[in-house]
Amino acid sequence: MPFAFELLLSALVLVGAVLTLIGSLGLVKLPDFYMRLHGPTKATTLGGGAILLVSVLYFSQKSGDVSLHEILITLFLFITAPVGAHLMAKAALHLKTKKVKRTGDYRGE
Amino acid sequence: MLEISLQIALLLVSIALIMSFYRLYVGPSAPDRILALDTLYVNTIGLLVIAGILLDSALFFEAALLIAVMGFVGTVALSKYLLRGDIME
Repeated sequence: MPFAFELLLSALVLVGAVLTLIGSLGLVKLPDFYMRLHGPTKATTLGGGAILLVSVLYFSQKSGDVSLHEILITLFLFITAPVGAHLMAKAALHLKTKKVKRTGDYRGE
Repeated sequence: MLEISLQIALLLVSIALIMSFYRLYVGPSAPDRILALDTLYVNTIGLLVIAGILLDSALFFEAALLIAVMGFVGTVALSKYLLRGDIME
């Protein structure tokens, strides 16, 4: 494996892992559900995408042709994350989950 | 070099998994727990893919794909249950 390619893969896998960690850190630290929804649905999805890209590049380089399994997972993850987040936000609004004052209320109460 | 960074990434993703477990345990509301489960699925996919590269095996992708599909179905089913009180109407 060429050195530059290995450097690229190492940097990308570290970026992916750090983004995943930031997403979970948001899940733990932020004060209410509507804020907590942001961490996992944005940062963690991007981190997962970066890690899967590393896998695509590594196995393509190893076998000599393009491996498509991981692209399938990436595509599925990127399509389903916003749908899941939308449904969870709707459920939380329906249950009138508690929010901090900073989150805001646009119903004019 | 790739092996060392893969091991560091494994450690970071494991810490992320523990954090999502914390949110799953503490709650406090039901949507919080669904969100924690959803994060757990995505983190597990990352963990499996990193383990697959580290062990140089392509066996892990089927497991990761299955977790991705079933995780999405689980999130949708739980959210629909909270939203409507029923999954299939």
